[in-house]
Amino acid sequence: MEHLEVLKTYKIYIGGNFPRTESGRFYKVYDSEKELLANACLCSRKDVRDAVKIARGAFGGWKSRSAYNRGQILYRIAEMMESRRAEFESQLSKIGFTSAEATADVNASIDRLIYYAGWTDKYQQIFGSVNPVASAHFNFSLLDPTGVVGIFAPEASPLLGLVSLVAPVIAGGNTCVALASEAYPLPAIIFAEVLNSSDVPGGVVNILTGKKEELAEHFSAHKDVNAMIYTDNLSNEMKKMIDENASTSVKRIVKKLVNDWYEDDTQSPYFITDFQETKTTWHPVGF
Amino acid sequence: MSQTTETKETPYKPTSPNSKLDFASVWEYAPAPESSDHVEIKDQYQLFIDGKFVKPSKGRYFKSTNPATTEVITEFAEATQNDVDKAVKAARKAFKGEWSSLAPKTRGKYLYRIARMLQERSREFSVLESMDGGKPIRESRDVDVPLAAAHFFYYAGWADKLDYAFPGKTPEPLGVCGQIIPWNFPLLMLAWKIAPALACGNTVVLKPAETTSLTALKFAELVKDAGVPAGVINIVTGAGQTGAEIVNHKDIDKIAFTGSTGVGKLIQKSLAGTDKKFTLELGGKGALIVFEDAPIDQAVEGIINAIFFNQGHVCCAGSRLLVQEGVADLVTQKLKDRMETLIVGDPLDKNTDIGAINSSQQFETINSYLEIGVDEGADVYQSKCSIPENGYFIRPTLLANVAQSNRVVQEEIFGPVLTVQTFRTADEAIDKANNTPFGLAGGVWTDKGSKIFKVGAGLRSGVVWANTYNKFDPTSPFGGYKESGVGREGGLHGLSAYVKLK
Repeated sequence: MEHLEVLKTYKIYIGGNFPRTESGRFYKVYDSEKELLANACLCSRKDVRDAVKIARGAFGGWKSRSAYNRGQILYRIAEMMESRRAEFESQLSKIGFTSAEATADVNASIDRLIYYAGWTDKYQQIFGSVNPVASAHFNFSLLDPTGVVGIFAPEASPLLGLVSLVAPVIAGGNTCVALASEAYPLPAIIFAEVLNSSDVPGGVVNILTGKKEELAEHFSAHKDVNAMIYTDNLSNEMKKMIDENASTSVKRIVKKLVNDWYEDDTQSPYFITDFQETKTTWHPVGF
Repeated sequence: MSQTTETKETPYKPTSPNSKLDFASVWEYAPAPESSDHVEIKDQYQLFIDGKFVKPSKGRYFKSTNPATTEVITEFAEATQNDVDKAVKAARKAFKGEWSSLAPKTRGKYLYRIARMLQERSREFSVLESMDGGKPIRESRDVDVPLAAAHFFYYAGWADKLDYAFPGKTPEPLGVCGQIIPWNFPLLMLAWKIAPALACGNTVVLKPAETTSLTALKFAELVKDAGVPAGVINIVTGAGQTGAEIVNHKDIDKIAFTGSTGVGKLIQKSLAGTDKKFTLELGGKGALIVFEDAPIDQAVEGIINAIFFNQGHVCCAGSRLLVQEGVADLVTQKLKDRMETLIVGDPLDKNTDIGAINSSQQFETINSYLEIGVDEGADVYQSKCSIPENGYFIRPTLLANVAQSNRVVQEEIFGPVLTVQTFRTADEAIDKANNTPFGLAGGVWTDKGSKIFKVGAGLRSGVVWANTYNKFDPTSPFGGYKESGVGREGGLHGLSAYVKLK
């Protein structure tokens, strides 16, 4: 039976919806054989601003969720990813992963989600503190999410790398706007479809596609983005520009150079604490 | 208080029948000045580099005045690029050599020595702090100096226990730390910077503020007495340019800065594109949220302490009162009555509640904000107390009838000036409290425990004082959200600023 394949349209993910870029622009995404895979959205400054606004709106609700609930939702993402494994593997194969590599990448991504699902109700116990002040006060420090986080997903690890950054950020109660791997954005969009069917409230994770060269400025200069992370070795000019823009609102910039997302230290609770503020509360003790 | 002059304004008349506290015209305290006889101040101070007091390479000095009298008390050396470079080289040498080869417990024992020596000389340091910076002797004696010593004592004990602080990781020192501190708590901020840095195995180049360098140089004498290896602690004096030389020095691994948000942003920008780590402890505009069910008298005491402690020169000062409508008139009246009892005057007098504004520059800044407040339509209320003729003094001030968008509500004044706004619901209070670019501290007054936790969780600030305010302790982390800074100082969390994790 003849069947003409129905090609999938890949759009961006903002506020739980899949709009096209507001700019109407696109760029071509190729597979490892240089064959056209899809037309991806070439996002603009306006898309960044829309996504940040939505992420800010989602922040209060998400950080107020119980740690248990956030853990369950992260676990649910892993479940949904498992059920969509074939699509991820097929997509990774098209961009040059061997079949074994594609399977390993999806396995590791699922395990990473479960790893951070388990941390949601534990990091506070490890990294919070009760402080024995010398005066008659009860004093404790809790971690509180930093806010809206900008994520530059690693270029060469379009699925595992992205998951490795999004998971700790949202496990800690932040919301985020992630820019997908520029050359290989499609796994990120499939991941968005997984998120959308995983009880993650709309706006908690927003995923854009486009060019770092163009959007780095708009991420770093946006005053309502509280923190950013990147793990690729960006050009010195871009690093400096990001830092300089960050200084206008005392934005936290987290730089971690990662080459291999299978290394042990690419998952740790310190990826969560990088996006936490310590809040210390005092109360008098007395009758 | 021979320097005081009577104000020409009408004596304050309590408007509430219960208010009898009219100190300015009824009660008078005999002066009780702390003696400064036992304190030695040299005519000139040098830089402290590589364990020695050395003259500045360009031979330039700048004068330091007592802000309560405007008299010059001494002069400090101006460190230029060459001096900063020498200090960094000394710190690097010490880091590569003797300091790193010491057993961690020995590092700790040096810090214990410093803590003890500070306690032994606490009276001297208190008097100097008040003379050089204008803060009331009661505060330098009871807060600044004891807390500075306690800070060294606390971090001393961490030196050989760091492996317990970072689960799953091995902490290592960063190297040479450049530290720049402000004029509001000169010795205490020095302690906040130096104690954790040394405990973690780093060496430091520290620059005190140009108006308050005296206790830092006295501290350098103490460092010598304690036998701390040369180059571990270097102290260079100077103004902004000296600070810039530290920030931009290529062989510094980390910058720690406490000061204004404006300068903090400049530093963050200067460090752009480098691998230097930094922590910033910047400005604030703390909100004091008083609910109808609060213990009102306790709240009023808390507000007084929140805004008038250290003349309001406190980054975490509670400078915005948000009071629930039902008790707004009562709280405001009690606050005004209490303000009338505050004694503004000689910092060395043990009766003094509010000392001198730290510098002529800050005096002008605060006064310009009072003008801005008037222009923005605020109702200005100042207590009627007398203030000394000479020196920089400002009466405790309330600005009522202000809007959230007013500059006096949004910007840090860093003086004894409190704005007053009202609210109806807890959500409104939280929104208003969070509606500035800052996020350093906030206060909540209510007798209802569950409300404290709910409001406290909603505040986007690094410190929440509930039914209290402006309390500090070496075990308690301090630092801001948003534009109030990056990183924490104090406590377990304060160690992170001075290590890299492997």
